[in-house]
Amino acid sequence: MVLKLKDASMTFNEGTPDEKKALQSVDLELDKGEFVTVIGSNGAGKSTLMNVISGSLIPDVGDVLIDEGHVVHLPEYKRAGFIGRVFQDPMAGTAPSMTIEENLAMAFSRDKKRKLIPGVTKKRKEMYREYLETLNLGLEDRLNAKVGLLSGGERQALSLLMATFTEPYILLLDEHTAALDPSRAELITEITGDVVKKFDLTTLMVTHNMQQALDLGDRLIMMDKGQIIFDVSGEKKQELTIKNLLDEFHRIRGRQIDSDRAVLG
Amino acid sequence: MLISLFGAVESGVIYALMALGVYLSFRILHFPDLTVDGSFVTGAGVAGVAIVGGMSPILATLLGAFAGFIAGCITGILHTKGKINALLAGILMMIALYSINLRLMGQPTVSMLNESTLFSQIQSWWVASGFDSFFNNIILTLGAERFSGTWLVFTVMVILTLLVKVFLDYFLKTEIGLALRATGDNQKMIRSLSANTDFLIIVGIGISNGLVALSGALIGQYGGFANVNMGIGMIVIGLASVIIGEALFGKRTIIIATLAVIGGAIVYRIVVTLALRVDFLDSGDMKLITAILVIAALVTPRILQARREKKRRLQKKAELLQRKEGEVHGA
Repeated sequence: MVLKLKDASMTFNEGTPDEKKALQSVDLELDKGEFVTVIGSNGAGKSTLMNVISGSLIPDVGDVLIDEGHVVHLPEYKRAGFIGRVFQDPMAGTAPSMTIEENLAMAFSRDKKRKLIPGVTKKRKEMYREYLETLNLGLEDRLNAKVGLLSGGERQALSLLMATFTEPYILLLDEHTAALDPSRAELITEITGDVVKKFDLTTLMVTHNMQQALDLGDRLIMMDKGQIIFDVSGEKKQELTIKNLLDEFHRIRGRQIDSDRAVLG
Repeated sequence: MLISLFGAVESGVIYALMALGVYLSFRILHFPDLTVDGSFVTGAGVAGVAIVGGMSPILATLLGAFAGFIAGCITGILHTKGKINALLAGILMMIALYSINLRLMGQPTVSMLNESTLFSQIQSWWVASGFDSFFNNIILTLGAERFSGTWLVFTVMVILTLLVKVFLDYFLKTEIGLALRATGDNQKMIRSLSANTDFLIIVGIGISNGLVALSGALIGQYGGFANVNMGIGMIVIGLASVIIGEALFGKRTIIIATLAVIGGAIVYRIVVTLALRVDFLDSGDMKLITAILVIAALVTPRILQARREKKRRLQKKAELLQRKEGEVHGA
């Protein structure tokens, strides 16, 4: 078991009219190498789920275990040693005023103790170049370019590479294609599939795009009102269609899914 | 004239250490740290008291720098752990340091005129070496007026400042240094890459103020006294040096930027010295001159850039017109 959430609950603004139950006793287990996509309408608790795993938020009650170790009280930066993360905003995952090789050097140090030794050496440069080549974007020839000069798609591809090439225990993808134009989104989706397969990463991907959730991964989770209401894997997942998903939601909740974006996104 | 200009360069190289500290907080960490006004005096005062107390000048100077480092760390702690706005944390530390400095010094001014300082200690060796007559002869053969000053302070400070610069350049390229830079650039990102940003900010502001206090300790020994008010406006001078340097010499890479900051500190001193030679300006106008300098350094590059853009557009337009005319004539 790589990741385990036990009975995690989280309420925002408790006791006020704005009270919001973002997570209600959520249990979740991920095995090594599982690729799970998470869907659900706005406010279903997907982002909170991610933040509770990454450590940006500490759940009110419940436990988080990574690789059998309790991490619920570890601050975000310590947990980050086990977790690779790509954000929705392409600007969020890279440092714009630093070069591509410096950004990769910082990602390389993620699971190690940072020391007073140069982050970019000749040997490491070669390694960074090889990893960049796998993206097929020509970034390997621009190692000294400032990341702020790259396009949103290029930055997101770089973020994805930075989150994955040190092979973290868990990869968290938080709607990481949502802010890109369709062709770029498709490219990043493709790279995501390749990278996850290549490093055999245990992955949790939040998406608003149902088609993407069906195309990628080998397990699908649907969330609503802070609960996991639907969890399907294996062959059953491969046979799912968008219509199945909508029907399933209707059957379980007795109402229509309330976000057009969830369908069209 | 030559003597006063030389003095300006000399003190400029010493103030360059302070400017490097300000560069670290303002430009690298994007932390507008006003502790500087206080920590500069802390460096001068601690070193002064230690020297008067009989400590070796080198140790006293290092002690002054260390005191500044601690002051900076406290500002960093106030900001990261106390969640106090960066500007306010610096201001609070600045006024707190005023009282602390007064306590440390015991009196508003500590005189070091009759003490052996870092510079006076090296002097005997320096005089024996004969470098002064060597340098002065070079100047004479270059056709300048007769110059009889000593090159001691200048040489020692250039070496020291360049050493600090090289150290800083190297540090900012290490794994920890990269994380420090990213903390100023994109905090969310570097935290997701397992860097303890709170710690980096605390240490970064600490090092920044350590450099400022080192500069203060040396200025104190250079001038022969430490005064509790000598730090007033220091942050603006540091900022002026950074901005002037970047405008004149560029900031493409860290190595260029730190060199530019040193250059900026020297240029600032020269400009102030020249301005004070103008008859109707007196030393009370220093702050106004500084403000105008900073404004000029901030605005001029923008104006130049806009001019270049305009010229480029006009040129393109003219080319297009010419081509069209050519087509008309050809038809």
